Amino acid sequence: MTDAPNRWRRFADWDERPLRLDKFAVEDWKNGFAAFSSPADPKPGIGIAGGRVISLDGVLERDFDMIDRFIAAYHLDPATAPESMAMDSAEIARMLVDMHVPREKLVRLAHGLTPAKLADVVSRLNALEIAFAYSKMRARKTPGNQGHVTNAKDDPLQLAADAASAVALGFDEVETTMRVARNAWSNAVACAVGAAVGRWGTLFQCSSEEAEELQIGMAGFTSYAETVSVYGTEKTFVDGDDTPWSKAFLAAAYASRGIKMRCTSGAGSELLMGFHESKSLLYLEARCLCLQRGMGVQGTQNGGIDGAPVTATVPGGMRELMAENLLAVWLDLECASGNDARATESEIRVGAKIMPYLIAGSDLICSGFGSILKYDNSFNPSLMNGEELEDYLVLQRDFEADGGLTPVPEGKALDVRQRGIDALSAVYEELGLASATADMKASVLVASGSDETRSFMPREVAVISEAIKARGITVIDVIKALATRGFRDEAENLLNVVKLRVSGDYLQTSAMVRNGRVVSAINDPNDYQGPGSGYRLSDERRREVMGIRDVLDQKEVLRSEAQHQKEEARHIDYHELGEAHPGDDAREVVIGISPAFGLKLFQTTAGHRLSDVLGVMTAAIRARGLTPRIVRFRHTADTSFLGLSAARLAGSGIGIGIQAKGTAVIHQKDRLPHHNLELFSNAPITRLEHYRGMGANAAAYALGEMPEPVVVPTRGEAMGSRYHARVAMIYAIETEMTSEGATPLDVAVNLKGTAA
Amino acid sequence: MRFTAKDYPIAEKHPDKVKGARGKALPEITLDAVLDGAVTIEDLRITPEALAAQADVARAVGRPRLADNFLRAADLVGVPQDVVMRAYELLRPGRAKSKDDLLAMAALMRTSHKAERIANFIEEAADVYEQRGLFTKRY
Repeated sequence: MTDAPNRWRRFADWDERPLRLDKFAVEDWKNGFAAFSSPADPKPGIGIAGGRVISLDGVLERDFDMIDRFIAAYHLDPATAPESMAMDSAEIARMLVDMHVPREKLVRLAHGLTPAKLADVVSRLNALEIAFAYSKMRARKTPGNQGHVTNAKDDPLQLAADAASAVALGFDEVETTMRVARNAWSNAVACAVGAAVGRWGTLFQCSSEEAEELQIGMAGFTSYAETVSVYGTEKTFVDGDDTPWSKAFLAAAYASRGIKMRCTSGAGSELLMGFHESKSLLYLEARCLCLQRGMGVQGTQNGGIDGAPVTATVPGGMRELMAENLLAVWLDLECASGNDARATESEIRVGAKIMPYLIAGSDLICSGFGSILKYDNSFNPSLMNGEELEDYLVLQRDFEADGGLTPVPEGKALDVRQRGIDALSAVYEELGLASATADMKASVLVASGSDETRSFMPREVAVISEAIKARGITVIDVIKALATRGFRDEAENLLNVVKLRVSGDYLQTSAMVRNGRVVSAINDPNDYQGPGSGYRLSDERRREVMGIRDVLDQKEVLRSEAQHQKEEARHIDYHELGEAHPGDDAREVVIGISPAFGLKLFQTTAGHRLSDVLGVMTAAIRARGLTPRIVRFRHTADTSFLGLSAARLAGSGIGIGIQAKGTAVIHQKDRLPHHNLELFSNAPITRLEHYRGMGANAAAYALGEMPEPVVVPTRGEAMGSRYHARVAMIYAIETEMTSEGATPLDVAVNLKGTAA
Repeated sequence: MRFTAKDYPIAEKHPDKVKGARGKALPEITLDAVLDGAVTIEDLRITPEALAAQADVARAVGRPRLADNFLRAADLVGVPQDVVMRAYELLRPGRAKSKDDLLAMAALMRTSHKAERIANFIEEAADVYEQRGLFTKRY
């Protein structure tokens, strides 16, 4: 970038922000860059004759493409469609956000609506209305979340450790994939074993080639699949190497093997694959979703998914992603609501993207939260990743919203990782697949990511993986190996997950496992009907969500002050001399200290010893030939009043007021309380040299000079977020020690080797 | 009996009615039975009856399409894996060289595996693929 002479340099600042790595595309419907509507979108319409759909969104039956034909045959209910289609779109849109209109009524209505009509309705809602409607329309009441567990080496030890960590964090589903396709079987065994640590019920999938994925499922290692992609134009579908019939067949095949399944679709896939027909993203996705309902799948993974980044380049793209999730739940599908592929480099856009889902809830808020570090994510980085996981935990706490995750204490995290590593090593040894050394295991235990491990490499993993496949090892062999080697709990947990497929209860819409029970849209239906209904945090769940680490309480503040007390005793003595009176020496400057100063509190928020602060201030005053007098006030802890009271006692009329936390002021006796001479309000960044300067300036004012005020430079740090919790607790200690009308006391201070 | 929402989860409400492919009821499928060799992977397969029960439940709660899928799945339970994969492969674009390939698969499903719903479904696909010119070579 050249330095244009007439450029406002703020633009240069903006150039440096991560946001500028994001590219934005112009709205251009002809080339497929239109979020909600395009002139090429058809007008909603339906024709029915003899109980059959004979025209659909302006296309006559003889011109139906595969998608039209499938939707006409399997999605649309000819009995209710004419009535539903005759309704005003704006009226239906209002019903979606009307808490008095029950979800079931809207779901039945959707059975008679065409893709163009569905898109027309939701495009009338603004982002807030979409989020609200989503919260009302999603199928299951309790929200959940899904995590990715992968790594750059396909290292099974790390997969087991990370799967165990993901389970501890509360993910309801764990999804893996590979860097090297051959490693699928090893990845599947490693994650299945890791996910059996601690509790049972985390569903697991191994995303791989369609035939192989089904085989791995048949061997019992996985419990769900979600990579059954569908597309909104016929040409894209064929290029994706499938048809609605082949995908519907696959859906039945998964169910026939007792494996839970959802489809994948999302805005942008047709655009990326080059056959968008100039239609809007939302309209094409509406076709995908009608198809999916027609296929009889229980749910979908949508909301852009791989197309989310390109969708986010289009005006209204993020709102479109929300709208297509709304369509999914309106069509009564379980929704794993995207928030998956990282659509932006801007952390602000990331936070904004996740918020509506966090507060509205979703069956699976992310259809792949990166539980691992970004570079270890073999799908691609997710919207939220291992790096940002704690931010997400705090967002849950901030908004008292259940994002499906639970903070894990450090000790527990290590325990479950160790257990996962040991369990998998035992299984691989017992089955004669591989032997992990103590060093390999130790490196994985503490590793944040695969850069830090000395463990299996992809080539070794390929050998293991091919052996698992070739020898026909099944989950039964793994369960036996676990039990034989003393991992009976894990064996039991793994067996319980496989047992789910016998009844098939978890094949129903929005099914997950919580506390050993299948919970789905049938036995936990979303019953939102306004405040007080729908999902609410239970007291127990609220306690879990609140349990982030490193939380301050007053006990902690007092404990840390008690430690400083011993230290300070070696540097300073305070002797109270009796009531302080106004002085008449014009060369006197009073330093007014707060009630707890040096008695209960011993260092400033910047970490300076109070003895050092007093030392530099008094030395600076003396350096000008003046006399510092230290007075403790007990009627107030407020800086301004400490300063003004000090000034009124000072023979010079100049006083300094200082609180134990380090906030300080120079005051003059005739001024209004809040109209001081100088103020250090940012104690956490106030250094000893500033206090020394304050002492010098107070002396200068007393001598009738007008010095340059001391400025504590700030770089815009969020002082409040960093310090205010501690400050409030400290200040409460000060205010507790005040009493109305208490007289000031002269204090003799004996400094013993302080900074001066 | 016809199952409804009240019978769900069926494994909880009717554990004795839920049986694996070799007739073992859920309470018999224990870790010790696995370790003894009394329970094998065969006992952990879903049955057509279980899928039909889930279809009942899905229909009862207003999800007829999901129910239909469960019934197509029930048809496929007894179909060997290689046949399932062959049928899937044949349904992908350009794999079948003519309508006849698909009709032959449908016939196989109907006669050898009593998979009537699946057979109908493949026949419908054959019609559509012919109409849309999907029998073209892809690789």
